[in-house]
Amino acid sequence: MPRKQSTETSGKKKRASGMSRRRVLKLGAATGGAAAILTSTKAFRTHFDTTAYAQTDDCLVNPGASAPTSAFVQALPMPPVKASVPSLNPAPTKHANIAGGEAARAQHQKWSQFLPQVLYDVHTKPGVHRFHPELPLTPIWGYDGIVPGPTFIVQQGVPVLVRFHNDLPLNHFGSGGWAIEQDVIHLHNGHTASESDGFAGDFYNPGFFKDNHYPNVLAGFASGFEETMGDPKEAMNTLWYHNHRADFTSQNTYRGLAGFYWMFDNRDTGNENDTSQDALRLPSGYGVHDIPLILSSKTFCADGKLFGGPNGGTAPAGDKFCVNGVVQPFLNVNRRKYRFRILNTGPARVWTLTLDPARPFKVIATDGNLLEHPIDSPNLILGAAERYDFVLDFSDTQIGDHIYLRNNATMNVGGTPPNPNPPNLNNIVMEFRVVGDEADNSQVPETLCQYPDLNLNEVVGTRIWNFDLVGGVFQINGKIFDENRSDAQIARNTTERWILRSALPVAGWVHPVHIHFEEFRILSRGLPVSLGGPGEQAPPPLETGRKDVIRLTGRDQVEIFMRFRDFKGKYLIHCHNMNHEDTTMMVRWDIVGDDDGDIASNPNFIPNPNYRKGDAS
Amino acid sequence: MDRRKFLSKPATETSAIAQKRSYLTNAVLTNQDGQQFKFYDDLVKGKIVVINMMYANCQGICPAVTDNLKRVYQGLKGRIGVDTFMYSITLKPEQDTAATLKGFARMHRANLPGWQFLTGDADEIETIRFRLFRWDHPGLDNNVDQHTGMLFVFNDNLSRNCKTPAMSSVRSLLDTVSWMDPIPVQAERARKNAAKMVEDFEREAAWARGEKWAKGAVAVG
Repeated sequence: MPRKQSTETSGKKKRASGMSRRRVLKLGAATGGAAAILTSTKAFRTHFDTTAYAQTDDCLVNPGASAPTSAFVQALPMPPVKASVPSLNPAPTKHANIAGGEAARAQHQKWSQFLPQVLYDVHTKPGVHRFHPELPLTPIWGYDGIVPGPTFIVQQGVPVLVRFHNDLPLNHFGSGGWAIEQDVIHLHNGHTASESDGFAGDFYNPGFFKDNHYPNVLAGFASGFEETMGDPKEAMNTLWYHNHRADFTSQNTYRGLAGFYWMFDNRDTGNENDTSQDALRLPSGYGVHDIPLILSSKTFCADGKLFGGPNGGTAPAGDKFCVNGVVQPFLNVNRRKYRFRILNTGPARVWTLTLDPARPFKVIATDGNLLEHPIDSPNLILGAAERYDFVLDFSDTQIGDHIYLRNNATMNVGGTPPNPNPPNLNNIVMEFRVVGDEADNSQVPETLCQYPDLNLNEVVGTRIWNFDLVGGVFQINGKIFDENRSDAQIARNTTERWILRSALPVAGWVHPVHIHFEEFRILSRGLPVSLGGPGEQAPPPLETGRKDVIRLTGRDQVEIFMRFRDFKGKYLIHCHNMNHEDTTMMVRWDIVGDDDGDIASNPNFIPNPNYRKGDAS
Repeated sequence: MDRRKFLSKPATETSAIAQKRSYLTNAVLTNQDGQQFKFYDDLVKGKIVVINMMYANCQGICPAVTDNLKRVYQGLKGRIGVDTFMYSITLKPEQDTAATLKGFARMHRANLPGWQFLTGDADEIETIRFRLFRWDHPGLDNNVDQHTGMLFVFNDNLSRNCKTPAMSSVRSLLDTVSWMDPIPVQAERARKNAAKMVEDFEREAAWARGEKWAKGAVAVG
């Protein structure tokens, strides 16, 4: 594919390609492996074309501002739905199939209990992409070579396995040296065992594949809800996946390695005409009335190429607003209800979205989890990795109306807080054009789900995580991320109260903190009075549901309720501003045996004096 | 050099080398022995470089960083001075003459071959600092102390680079430097490494499960 596309370019490219081939061969010879490079001919050719393209045309120098582009000239594209495959060769195995080409990993936990029923085959590879008709093609990396990656649509309770082949160009002569060709995929919000969770240190090189095992199971299946295969109140719906390579998550994701992963279940069935009793009948049809909106912001150089940031570990906040990989698109809608699922893929920007003319978002899910009751909100704030599902009803509009999705927060690149944005065309994210009428059997029920019980008697004790900046290095509890060091050993089947606290000397940094594996509920928000804050208060309405990302803004604190269930292994807590995450606001914590926690020995742990084992339920 | 130059938009460059030279600059820097070098052409081009910023009378993190870097230097033995080079560039060139830096290096027993302490024109060094270590955040970027905690590792042949905290464990820092190397292409060698890695994974997983790990318990193939 890239080969064909590169014919669009001039003779200058051809010359550059030849040069690249020689350089690749020279490198191969230098490492004694020219023959070995050529054995994987297919990967080599893909690499050769796109990197030659990248090398000649990429831009090292931040242009400051991207060149102007016309707004609303292209329709919103929908990422394709990922098709499953009948089989994989070699067949997936519990242990890493090293001889068959799989990267190293620990054995799959609960493999025989959740034998995969649906298989997917994904190639992580380079491609070229046009972000806007007025911009030239630019080199990207994508799952299946596209930006954003394909959308997975899966059913809760049906275990799947995704084989991710790393076909990124080996030793790519990067476009100014940004992004690294090593992959490890995190399914964000997945209740996924450690070995498939995309731990930042478990990245693997081109030429290998890795099988990620997603049981799509409700949390609690091995921790008190064995009979119902998990707690039915733990359903989750809108997840996403992205590259999580330590130090390079920002650049790799910015270069395109991200996509959606949606899960349906017996309530959120994905069919607005469903007659079954439990069905919610939310607006349905992928890309029809159930619309993915994947936000990213990019900077383009004067020649139209994607600028990625020459400093390792950072990518720009970007001044061009992209939805599903295109700049400022439009979407034709009919006079009826639509479900939108909006995701901020970062790397850094914090969005404050409103509609113009003003109307509320009917929010039905936060971070991919249904709210108990829909909440009408005049705006939506999205830190990196946050998601909202919301419904817009266009039935009160007129054909020919235009409704704009606007970003009202400006951003000093780097992570400072949002300020009011001047209302001009550049601050509009996308346009909805009302074009016709259509039948609508969908509904938004007043009750969408029930939250899991918040039983404070379960809490074993409190752990404090301090987010700080020292000597230009972002840290948690004064420590730099080290994949080999675990800062908490948590006994499986326990519950803890975690305090996430930001006490940064530089006022105003926003840290959207993400915790892997288990979601949380927010008990309170606000720095205690004793620490000079306004005191702990109840969370605002949009933070009352189950979430997996929480924004700490300036000097701030949130107190959350965490359960640790089912799977063991190593997991992460990190700031999801990927530039902070990469430098190195991330900590590893482990779930260990049911009685093996560190509560007696960890100085950061404050036991709950009222807890008695066995009292919890 | 005009202080504003690094904030304005440089002229478009065509080749990757010219872009890198333009971006990293070819400023003339002086080492602790008084020798002069062009930054990109003499110190970076074709090399793997580990760069940090410091100043001689820094009472904060600098001495600890220098000690940590000494251990990294030991870990890179055999490569330092061959394909890999370490540079500590002063943030306060007005104070830090070549002689001052020599004294600093001696005091820390870091006056070692392949590791240069560099000073030069203040504006040019400011440009280098900004280009290598900036956060794109005025509050941080204008405070020079904010940059003493980071290392910039760069393999010019691959244009591959990484910023990493200088106080990371020596093991992590050596890993980071090795990640700048070309990835080996021989499938067999890679798989052998992977087999070793899988042992590590299994050992760790067994530890997390609270089990004893026995070598050979891993099914390979």
